[in-house]
Amino acid sequence: MPAIKSLEELKRVREEALQKRLLKNAPGEAQVIIAMGTCGIAAGARDVMKSVLSYLETNQVSGVTVSQTGCIGLCDHEPILQVALGGQPKVTYGDVTPSLAEHILREHVQNGHILSEHTLTV
Amino acid sequence: MREISLHLLDIAENSAAAGAHNVRVAVTEDLRADQLTACVQDDGCGMNAETLKQVLDPFYTSRSSRKVGLGLPLLKAAAEMAGGGLTIESTPGAGTRVEVIFQHSHLDRMPLGDLGCSFLTLLVAHPEIHWHFSHQMLQTDGKSHDFNFDDHALKNELGDIPLTEPEVLAYLRGLFQF
Repeated sequence: MPAIKSLEELKRVREEALQKRLLKNAPGEAQVIIAMGTCGIAAGARDVMKSVLSYLETNQVSGVTVSQTGCIGLCDHEPILQVALGGQPKVTYGDVTPSLAEHILREHVQNGHILSEHTLTV
Repeated sequence: MREISLHLLDIAENSAAAGAHNVRVAVTEDLRADQLTACVQDDGCGMNAETLKQVLDPFYTSRSSRKVGLGLPLLKAAAEMAGGGLTIESTPGAGTRVEVIFQHSHLDRMPLGDLGCSFLTLLVAHPEIHWHFSHQMLQTDGKSHDFNFDDHALKNELGDIPLTEPEVLAYLRGLFQF
């Protein structure tokens, strides 16, 4: 895919994204939340974020919201990543590596299969 | 944390937690003065004089989920080990400015690291904040390389399209060069 070089090209991208959104009209929006407290950052949360963004870009995944949260008190299991699909309860994953993050996006966010061997009970 | 850029991400997260609307993260590498200066400035809730005295104490934290907060004290120690220091100015209700200085050539200076990745992380994780990022490199021959990014034009153009759309991410990755 050619990289966008200017704000003019962004206009086109915006129109395309609007079209896609109209088609999808997402009732089950997917949200990925990464813990970005000091403990998370020290444990590698930024690399997990990088992996998530690069997965979305490489696989052309549209309509996923990525956000952050602070320390949630499970510092020894950082980096922590949470997934919320549509109206379903939030699922919390611990000790997330960049490659596990990709795995979670593929299996859970895209296909709806929770990777229960990596989840934490909050 | 082994990179200055990770510490900057950590400090800017504090700005976000302080409810800032505008945050500026600036890095200047001045090879003539042999100095690396990094600064995070916000218009968040700020701190009173008493809190300001405590934030550099490793056994102080404003969080309730655990009892130690190590971000700022560790960065201060790292800067002091590398011929520099850390200063914080804060006014309640007006904002906070954290500045850290390192001797650029000091053997114990941690690497700047992946600054672009820290910028992208902040931009995506806090779309509600108006970000300004800069990285200036002043060479010994007097030449200067400047990177300046203000998210205003980008967000205006995108409107309600999220920054996490694949095409937008490709654009941002090119912009932050990694």
